[in-house]
Amino acid sequence: MSELPPASRPELGRFEWSDPLRVSDQLTEDERMIQDSARAYAQEKLQPRVIEAFENEHTDAAIFREMGDMGLLGVTIPEQYGGLGGNYVSYGLVAREVERVDSGYRSMMSVQASLVMYPIYAYGSEAQREKYLPKLASGEWIGCFGLTEPDAGSDPGGMKTKAVKTANGYKITGSKMWISNAPIADVFIVWAKSDAHGGKIRGFVLEKGMKGLSAPKIGQKISLRASITGEIVMDGVEVGDDALLPNVEGLKGPFGCLNRARYGISWGVLGAAEFCWHASRQYGLDRKQFGKPLAQTQLFQKKLADMMTEITLGLQASLQVGRLMDAASAAPEMISMVKRNNCGKALDVARMARDMHGGNGISGEFQVIRHMVNLETVNTYEGTHDIHALILGRAQTGLQAFF
Amino acid sequence: MKVLVPVKRVIDYNVKVRVKADQSGVDLANVKMSMNPFDEIAVEQAIRLKEAGTADEVVVVSIGVKQSQETLRTAMAMGADRALLVVAADNVETDIEPLAVAKILAKVVEEEQPGIVLCGKQAIDNDMNATGQMLSALLGWSQGTFASELELKDDAAIVSREVDGGLQTIKVSLPSVITVDLRLNEPRYASLPNIMKAKKKPLEEKTAADYGIDPTPRLEVLSTAEPAERAAGIIVGSVDELVSKLKEAGAV
Repeated sequence: MSELPPASRPELGRFEWSDPLRVSDQLTEDERMIQDSARAYAQEKLQPRVIEAFENEHTDAAIFREMGDMGLLGVTIPEQYGGLGGNYVSYGLVAREVERVDSGYRSMMSVQASLVMYPIYAYGSEAQREKYLPKLASGEWIGCFGLTEPDAGSDPGGMKTKAVKTANGYKITGSKMWISNAPIADVFIVWAKSDAHGGKIRGFVLEKGMKGLSAPKIGQKISLRASITGEIVMDGVEVGDDALLPNVEGLKGPFGCLNRARYGISWGVLGAAEFCWHASRQYGLDRKQFGKPLAQTQLFQKKLADMMTEITLGLQASLQVGRLMDAASAAPEMISMVKRNNCGKALDVARMARDMHGGNGISGEFQVIRHMVNLETVNTYEGTHDIHALILGRAQTGLQAFF
Repeated sequence: MKVLVPVKRVIDYNVKVRVKADQSGVDLANVKMSMNPFDEIAVEQAIRLKEAGTADEVVVVSIGVKQSQETLRTAMAMGADRALLVVAADNVETDIEPLAVAKILAKVVEEEQPGIVLCGKQAIDNDMNATGQMLSALLGWSQGTFASELELKDDAAIVSREVDGGLQTIKVSLPSVITVDLRLNEPRYASLPNIMKAKKKPLEEKTAADYGIDPTPRLEVLSTAEPAERAAGIIVGSVDELVSKLKEAGAV
């Protein structure tokens, strides 16, 4: 009898619990190296300070410079503008490693990369690119992105911020709410309805110190406490013609940025979820009750199995969307699917992890509750879980149900 | 001065190593591999010598399978200037023994003429702790092993060696083969821009045959086994009980 071909043999391969579908084998050499370096930075530099930063609601602005030195800002921006010239899979891997430490740190990074550097690169003039991108990539300047308003959240088209044409520029009036990085920002990407463009939404680049521009901090956050959030108040801020992002008009502008940030979030939240899963597994192995490890009980193992499965499937989905983004063929609905699914599942994982840690689960020292409350925000911002459901509903019925 | 740093691709130190069912070796299928940690320390030291102006070029070399390219790229991302891969096996299962590695390295040294060879004291896979010493003998160079401190002065290297019970400081003349220990430095991790730059640095590829060396193993592995599991201990209630237990066991 001839020997069976390998795929027909009864013995199958080996299972590695921490990487069940072998995502790491599906990465290129560069991507693996980028992942390893981002992990080393996040674990050695960010992890030691996050517990205290969260507790004291302290945002360390020096993190931007560190991230800039490591090359974590502007992964997908070309090298000539100080970026890395890397691909979207690498960007996702970096987000996962940073958010394994904290969703707030990942938010600081995503805003800078996808919501500030990307629109300047994609919609800006050559002069704007040269002026802003290198300093944002190095972390010397901090950026923020103003779209959401007190009365315009899921419906950004309802924004009230207005840009009125002046002799040699624009006068911008309005206020923006829930803006990550705003109180410490040097560069503000602000979206406003412009009367000179038929009331269409246009993007503007504002700078700290402009007359009438302020960014008060929003306090009392119970989530993302290591990442500062503020308002942007614009009381007739006068800017020159060169502050307008010339190459985009309408909601397409902010959505182009948000699609990229949401894609990154789909990876990031799984980093937070992986932390919670690994911590729960270890806790269950170490903690003995009734004379045996918690991990030897069926309820505990069922939860671990759910965590492993959801995280693994989510990673596989984000990797596929990343590959399609790198091939310039990803659709926004794909991003809605992974943003929605992965945020919701990561939140479930974090809540389970809190539960599996028993009383210790409420302690900041065990960290799972921090991830849990952080993920409440991440599940909400950049398109809530429900809003993304409406996008996916519309995609398959052709019927919009937003209003 | 040129510094040559040999690096080896080994199973990542975080991986729980498993023995194959037939005991012929350890399971390498789908296992994360990375640079031998002692070699990382050697690369770091070489880069520091360059940054201090003592060295002007850092060349890394790996003798192994084709996949060792990744290890060399990592070293270049940390800061090494160029790399040489000597392919000496097609199959990751084939062990390339210290003597074969040392003979190939000796040929590389002849070609490259470095002022110093910095290598890890041993690789964490087979723990042979032999290649550096063999290389020094083949070259007729001095050697400083288990370095926890290294200073280059004029034509000599001052090496603090971690030996049983303390530190021994020796002075060896250059050129020299220095093998490094854990506490010499803390290796940096590559920044992302340096990872991208490393892709453009030169990586030359040769084979063992190009150097006229036959890397066929001379040792035959009879069997590989996992360490025996540690048996559970017992908790004794008093000193008297402890003494009587020890007497029972014939220990006192």
